[in-house]
Amino acid sequence: MAVTTYIDAIKEGIWEEMEKDESVFILGEDVGIYGGAFKVTKGMLDKFGPMRVIDTPISESAIVGAAIGAALVGMRPVAEMQFIDFISCAFDQIVNFAAKCRYRWGAGVPIVVRGPSGGGVHGGPFHSQNPEAYFFNVPGLKIVCPSTAYDAKGLIKAAIRDPDPVLYFEHKYLYRRIKEDLPAEDFVVPIGKAALRREGEDLSIITYGAMVYKALEAAEALAQDGIDVEVLDLRSILPLDEEAILTTAKKTSKVIVLHEATLTGGPGGEVVARIAEKAFEYLDGPIVRIAPPDTPVPYSPPLEEAFLPQTKDIVAKAKKLAAY
Amino acid sequence: MVERQTMSKKSPYTYLPSDETKIRMLHFMKLVREIEDRIEKKLYRQGRIVGGVYVGRGQEAISVGTAIHMEKDDVVAPSHRDMGVFLMRGVTPRRIIAQYMGRRTGLTRGRDGNMHMGDMNYNVIAFVSHLGDNVPVAAGVALAFKQRGQKQVALCYNGEGATSRGDWHEGINFASIHKLPVTFFINNNAYAYSTPMELQMAIKDVAMRAPGYGIPGEVVDGNDILAVYDSAKRAIDLARSGGGPSIVEYKTFRMTGHSAHDDAGYVPPELFDEWKRKDPIVRFERTLLEEGALTQSRLDEMQKECALIVDDAVDWAEQQPYPAPEEVTKDVYYEG
Repeated sequence: MAVTTYIDAIKEGIWEEMEKDESVFILGEDVGIYGGAFKVTKGMLDKFGPMRVIDTPISESAIVGAAIGAALVGMRPVAEMQFIDFISCAFDQIVNFAAKCRYRWGAGVPIVVRGPSGGGVHGGPFHSQNPEAYFFNVPGLKIVCPSTAYDAKGLIKAAIRDPDPVLYFEHKYLYRRIKEDLPAEDFVVPIGKAALRREGEDLSIITYGAMVYKALEAAEALAQDGIDVEVLDLRSILPLDEEAILTTAKKTSKVIVLHEATLTGGPGGEVVARIAEKAFEYLDGPIVRIAPPDTPVPYSPPLEEAFLPQTKDIVAKAKKLAAY
Repeated sequence: MVERQTMSKKSPYTYLPSDETKIRMLHFMKLVREIEDRIEKKLYRQGRIVGGVYVGRGQEAISVGTAIHMEKDDVVAPSHRDMGVFLMRGVTPRRIIAQYMGRRTGLTRGRDGNMHMGDMNYNVIAFVSHLGDNVPVAAGVALAFKQRGQKQVALCYNGEGATSRGDWHEGINFASIHKLPVTFFINNNAYAYSTPMELQMAIKDVAMRAPGYGIPGEVVDGNDILAVYDSAKRAIDLARSGGGPSIVEYKTFRMTGHSAHDDAGYVPPELFDEWKRKDPIVRFERTLLEEGALTQSRLDEMQKECALIVDDAVDWAEQQPYPAPEEVTKDVYYEG
């Protein structure tokens, strides 16, 4: 057992898969000589050589397109977006090529597209986004958003081994703030399975990514007021773990859906819809969504703080819902 | 950039096919014409093909004269006017017609139509409508070949229209940096839907861009199958021997509208007349007759054979079942 940060967990996961399977390789901007903008790929060039650690020009579409082509002939590429915001430049390759190959002509595209997402680090509108909603409506893709070091490692391994394209959205705010002891042996976290982070009876917060920690902080505060909160970490948002969502909704009868993607059209709406369709009779209050307002991610600290859901906002809305 | 004067009377070719290969190429060119004529002029107009139809009439020499050089494990990413590629890879006319008719035994099992078909069992990557997307993908195939030390090549086809997309640039640049074993063929048929060359780019040849990527570029008469054969062999040999990618631009003309519903009223009629005289099949037939590689009676037989193959394909395809409605949700993800 060794204490591993969230960012090193990602790195270890990729590293171990590359050691185990020669078809796994990485490509992206500054991933080789420089070791990646956040150093996820540090040391990989020396270890695995330039044929498996490929520095690319600033060409996100070529990065993902080349990953797709290599995957079609048996490779297992892991493509890095330097900031996940830049995934928009590769949108077409992801949604029209990678996502549709299997359905159209039976060809699997086992690629991983990963990169740092999320706010809280004053990155401004182009280095803070949570793009999962852009892809949430694209059949053929899988989307994971790990919140713990264990999940970061287990999900990157699962993503690399997965026969379909997986978007792996790591949260840069968690990179070096989150750490835990990880098992020495090989493990994966199954894609599509949520994890209960805290058990409670009165109210459920369904969330993922960095917001898991805001939910847990809020739960601690609410416990002081005698409100017993359950926190469900989705871990994967495509596919959603519907069973876990319905189970917690039926258990507590009161649900908050919380995420860092902006409100309108965010993945939370789908969670709400599934509960409304399949657990309506169990509810004892309106389902509440907590998400940033429908704006770009602002830069200046007071603005960014106002943008991101804060623990006090969650506590206030939870108290109101608990009293409903 | 090497600009070859392939219309010259002096023998301009480095490589010439054997008589046997010439006959084989003519067969495939005629079969492409026969299938596409049947698809566009009969089956589509009769309502037996319900979706879009895009043909490569007048461009048959390009797909046939390039794909003839493919080895078994090479991979190809054709465009929507490269029917010859599918036939030469061994995809049967039966399955192609079934594909157009949306039947379960088409290459996409009814999930997609017309030339949007592929099958890695034949090493053919299915085209997407988003032009130029296949360029980075073909580069990625070539990257895998290089990583694994294989002597295979990837072939990538597009019209000149696709070369205006950013993906085309990104893919060729990436392939050029890494000297990947991929060859980029451009069928320059003068129009992107209704938009003529002069509104697509400020240069007269797409291949003029090749020096900007540090790779060879060549402009070739795309209606001369022997010129296509020769140029493609040189480009593919270069890629296979580690010399990296090149752009080979085939000048041709789209002898139809963009698709079957388009009457191409925007094309000056004299252009159609001019290019009809350059028909690659008629031209090759004349050459072979003059050379004595072919007799008129053998040519007549070839025509009948192609018609029979397509008759059989249509009959077979029409007997094929449609996909069942419940299949709509299958195969979005791996199902084991």
